[in-house]
Amino acid sequence: MSELTLVQAVNRGLAEAMRADPNVVVLGEDVGVNGGVFRATEGLFKEFGESRVIDTPLSETGIIGTAIGMSLNGLTPVAEIQFLDFIYPAFDQIVSELAKFRYRSGGQFPSHVVIRSPYGGGIKGGLYHSQSTEAYFCHTAGLKVVIPSTPADAKGLLLTAIHDEDPVIFLEPKRIYRSVSGEVPDGDHRVPFGKARLVREGADVSLFAYGAMVPPTVEAAEALAKDGIQAEVIDPRTLVPLDEAAIVASVEKTGRAVVVHEAARFCGVGGEIAALLAEKAFYSLKAPIARVTGYDTPFPYALEHLYLPNAETIAHAARAAVTAG
Amino acid sequence: MLGAYRWMALSRTTDERCLTLQRQGRIGFYAPLLGQEAAQVGCALALTAEDWIFPAYRELAVALVRGVPLRAIVDQLVGNSTDLTKGRQMPNHFGFREFKFVTASSPIGTQITQAVGAAMAAQRRKEAIVTVPFFGDGATSSNDFHAGMNFAGVFRTPTVFFCQNNQWAISLPREKQTRSKTLAEKAEAYGFPGVVVDGTDLRAVYRAVAEARARAVRGEGPTLIEAQVYRLGPHSTSDDPKRYRTDAEVAEWKARDPITRLKAELLAAKQLDEAADQKIWDEARAQVAAAVDAAEHAAPMAPTSLFDDVFASRTPRLEEERAEFEALGRGGSTGA
Repeated sequence: MSELTLVQAVNRGLAEAMRADPNVVVLGEDVGVNGGVFRATEGLFKEFGESRVIDTPLSETGIIGTAIGMSLNGLTPVAEIQFLDFIYPAFDQIVSELAKFRYRSGGQFPSHVVIRSPYGGGIKGGLYHSQSTEAYFCHTAGLKVVIPSTPADAKGLLLTAIHDEDPVIFLEPKRIYRSVSGEVPDGDHRVPFGKARLVREGADVSLFAYGAMVPPTVEAAEALAKDGIQAEVIDPRTLVPLDEAAIVASVEKTGRAVVVHEAARFCGVGGEIAALLAEKAFYSLKAPIARVTGYDTPFPYALEHLYLPNAETIAHAARAAVTAG
Repeated sequence: MLGAYRWMALSRTTDERCLTLQRQGRIGFYAPLLGQEAAQVGCALALTAEDWIFPAYRELAVALVRGVPLRAIVDQLVGNSTDLTKGRQMPNHFGFREFKFVTASSPIGTQITQAVGAAMAAQRRKEAIVTVPFFGDGATSSNDFHAGMNFAGVFRTPTVFFCQNNQWAISLPREKQTRSKTLAEKAEAYGFPGVVVDGTDLRAVYRAVAEARARAVRGEGPTLIEAQVYRLGPHSTSDDPKRYRTDAEVAEWKARDPITRLKAELLAAKQLDEAADQKIWDEARAQVAAAVDAAEHAAPMAPTSLFDDVFASRTPRLEEERAEFEALGRGGSTGA
């Protein structure tokens, strides 16, 4: 075990994967000499050299297009997109190409690329360094979408992503890159996809949160506990595949559900979870499903503290769910 | 040369038959390569079996020269159960792992950066091969052309960019695609050579590709080849070129038909006579007829294959959707 921050855990996972397999390469903007703008790839260039830690020209479609080609010819590329907000020049390569290669070729040309990208708000990044647009990728068949919220999961899910056979969008909550630290198992620690993490057990209301929304959700649960409300907190960890069984089972127990994410509400992952509960846990529900999310506005700069969910807004929604019905 | 002529005849015969099949409603769509045969055959003959092909959706003759059986191509056009791509795409979007012929997609230019990435992997793996993205004049305006050319220049990849400038991107003429005098000259900005070649001249294309390939394998980096050809047919069976170009223009290029040209050369060199020529075309027609007949008699795709190959294995959600599909009686052998 080592005590690491979340970004250190990402770094550790990358280094261990590269040591274990010479076909694993890292590419992206500023990932080499500079070690990444968040230092997620620090030290890799020195250890593995420029043929495996590739500083690319400033072109996201170039990064993902070449990563796909590398994967077809025997490498396992881990591409970094510096901020999720800048991924759109590569959107065609991701949704039209990467996501569909296996399917469109009848299984002849699977393309396994891991795309790492810091995402989310709370760092005073304004419109273009803050967004949470995971839903775009969840909506495209053929992509797995992973979001860790702890250092142990960051390393464990990243190693699973690198050893997986499918394309993985690996989103790193940059707001808690350094503010969260914890014990991370040494060696080949892997966390399976499609298995939610039970963060906190409770019988009165289920709170679903991922990424940087997990800490304020736990804080909300602790505040609720002081009022005698036992909230269960579940972190799905992977949005695709989603641990639907764990989500449904929790609500069958509590009868009340609050979904938390910083992404905008309309057509967000919260809507999918709410639909899932309406389809599969309808008769267990004792109160309307609540969503605590970012607003349906562009991501603001000066008012970001009012845009993002926090422990107070989450606890407020949970109390309303518990007292309703 | 005679071998090349046979490939061109087979390609032309397949094109003509497929245009008819589409009009008869027997295949859903077709994009012919009429007029581009010498460019494709000349290029493919200059490559080795270990080189990677990243085609657009018009590279049928390239596939034939690679050794892909005609039957496998027609299976894809029909979309039957023996189609290696499992009926997942429109006709022309075939791919063959065994022949390093990557499955095409419809977005324009996306294969260009991918070919460069495969070349970067070849560098890392120390393979003495080249990767060849095929694209048209329209693709030179795409994001991925710029990104791919730039990455190839920066990383000096073993890539032969093969542009078939067929003068028309659906309805947009070449001169409205770019102000550049040639497409090949764009390579200069990326720091490597670009060459223009007469794409109706089989030998010229072969030489240009062979030279570019040799340079790349020597570690001297990429080359852009602009093969100047003409799309004698429509963009696809969904297109009516009479809306945007004149018959006179087509006639002018028809007079430069690469197949007529090569035939004249072969006759002059006494490598071919009219009787032997007739035999080549008769054989091609018989080969195409047999492939179409076999493909049309193959079983249709199994309905539940719909849920395969999204991922390496089906997720619980896909299992659930598949079960729901079967419960509705839609999973039977004929579908519902």
